[in-house]
Amino acid sequence: MKHTIAVLVENKPGVLARAASLFRRRGFNIESLTVGTTEREDISRMTIVVEGDNRVVEQVIKQLNKLIETIKVSEISEGSVERELCLIRVHAPPEKRGEIVELTNIFRARIVDVSRDSFIIEVTGDGDKITAFIDLMRQYGIKELARTGKVAMVRGNKR
Amino acid sequence: MRAADALVKALEMEGVEVVFGIPGGAILEVYDAIYDSGIQHITTRHEQGATHAADGYARASGKVGVAFATSGPGATNTVTGIATAYMDSSPIVVFTGQVPTSMIGNDAFQEADITGITMPVTKHNYLVTEAGDMLKTIKEAFHIAATGRPGPVLVDLPKDVTLADVEFNYPKKVSLPGYKPKLDGHPRQIKRAAELIMESERPVILAGGGVIISNASKELTELAETIPAFVATTLMGKGAIPETHPLSLGFVGMHGSKYANYAVQESDVLIAVGCRFSDRTTGNLERFAPDAKIIHIDVDPAEIGKNVGVDVPIVGDARKVLARLKKHIQYKQRKLWEDRINKWRREHPLKYSRDGFKPQYVVERACEIMPDAIVTTEVGQNQMWAAQFFKVRYPRQFITSGGLGTMGFGFPAAMGAQVAFPDRTVIDIAGDGSFFMNIQELATCVKYEIPVKVLVLNNGYLGMVRQWQELFYKERYSATCIGCEKTGFEAIARGFGAVGMTIESPGEVDDALKEAREIDAPVVIDFRVDYQANVFPMVPPGAALNEIIDIE
Repeated sequence: MKHTIAVLVENKPGVLARAASLFRRRGFNIESLTVGTTEREDISRMTIVVEGDNRVVEQVIKQLNKLIETIKVSEISEGSVERELCLIRVHAPPEKRGEIVELTNIFRARIVDVSRDSFIIEVTGDGDKITAFIDLMRQYGIKELARTGKVAMVRGNKR
Repeated sequence: MRAADALVKALEMEGVEVVFGIPGGAILEVYDAIYDSGIQHITTRHEQGATHAADGYARASGKVGVAFATSGPGATNTVTGIATAYMDSSPIVVFTGQVPTSMIGNDAFQEADITGITMPVTKHNYLVTEAGDMLKTIKEAFHIAATGRPGPVLVDLPKDVTLADVEFNYPKKVSLPGYKPKLDGHPRQIKRAAELIMESERPVILAGGGVIISNASKELTELAETIPAFVATTLMGKGAIPETHPLSLGFVGMHGSKYANYAVQESDVLIAVGCRFSDRTTGNLERFAPDAKIIHIDVDPAEIGKNVGVDVPIVGDARKVLARLKKHIQYKQRKLWEDRINKWRREHPLKYSRDGFKPQYVVERACEIMPDAIVTTEVGQNQMWAAQFFKVRYPRQFITSGGLGTMGFGFPAAMGAQVAFPDRTVIDIAGDGSFFMNIQELATCVKYEIPVKVLVLNNGYLGMVRQWQELFYKERYSATCIGCEKTGFEAIARGFGAVGMTIESPGEVDDALKEAREIDAPVVIDFRVDYQANVFPMVPPGAALNEIIDIE
């Protein structure tokens, strides 16, 4: 099962390496890891998706908590807003452009760059939506693809 | 003031009395600064020796041990010592020199990314890139090393940082928003634990190294007497209760006594304190203490539930939690259980064959002749014989590399312990294989008049590996015969300027030990013991604790 874990850490050099090294050496499987600053620039937030049963997740949380620079660790798998961003450079010959634009609109994605024979499309959403969109684009020929991994936040006032 | 001088002043304020280390280019400023200070510096012959010595000093004294090393190879040589301290939760702070900040990342001469290398084996580490951060970093390093679950902290100091000019402003407090060890233990869980204990008919306490680290031996012994419960210890927990105490079962696990293993295995409540349920202690986890409700007291929440499912988790400092727990307990006699354990004790004592010259005999005599000595051990058969036959009387008396199992640990650790307690007898129970791994520190002992006694149980083999080959690899002794019967440890000792002896029969053992005890200088005794001796009882890897191989 996949679990999403949010980690607030002090924004210091080496913190990401420490967290990543912890996963490697304890044999935890990282599905994705994103990191960026929060509303406070001295604090960063990592969103880590980890595969494993409850025991593994409990250990992941406890071990992350042990890092000196960790401020707070929470599991936010349930009742949370989860988003991923993906950029896709897709082959777009003139006769296919209409279709691609239409699909892009249906997915509420955006074309952010147009060149002679390709588009760059930006799509955000949960993982399933992005995977579905990528699958649709395959028929036109995907030339380049970049996915961020998940960021997530609990709904409402629960934190 | 020069940052290096500020560093030394900070060490003085932290109460550091001695530092073990080796100078080199990148840390020369610091060595220049320590030259005039009141801190003693002991130059070891290898940086591994320095970190083990700092570790031995820390384990014997309860204070933080400190080591210095230069950049690159000096720093990488500290890694085994740091990893050893990490596995056994020993508080040391290691300062390494680093190439100047402008050269970091350029593969400069003697550059190694020591913070990257030691990340998985330190409790925390720092690369100080601004001289202005150095003092705050030192304060944090000592705080982190010594509090909560202790551990090693490394501080990497680029040369230009130690050379820079700083104001001496040593912080009084640390500010670490994410680091707040829980010490008190949850009152409701403590109550639940007490209820379980009161209902139990077959309670056993399993005491680990955490009891010793938190100075909780008195509280542990009092709790054991109040319940009353028998106490088995892990290897690291030896000394948590005096092994002469009627409730002590000695140590448990792969080479623990049968009665300790049976007691743990058949308990209905197991009160585990400051132990991490290592595989060497538990045997097969699936069949570990099958009837027991488990109460686990540990200051590190990550240890609870890591290996063994726990019924009552209590996160807190052993001393505080045990004292509180005791208040909820009333004495309740459990005659049947007591009789049963005493019967096991009578029927299955620790024993060994008396034919020939047995290593166990040397340990037994050492325990008899120097009962209060601080004992360090190397790793392997010597370590297990020491654990079985040296009855430890007080906490911090028995110092051994439990977690990492570091051959070469015992001798430099003994050196550190002897520096902490110059007036006590300190012995290293060694195997020939392990002793070789840091034998160069004999020169350090001679130079600084550190009168450690090394009892080499010389069987010419990497004995524990040989034992496994005998039992599990059809006696195919691949690469384990190291032939130390041809090595003259006596002459080697003399060559270093120490005292050497060779002992070939049991009849000479007592005199040699008594003589060594009286010599105020480092002594190496080469005991030419039977090479076939094995460590029994033994729980084979993968077996449950009560599935034991023993000699007939």
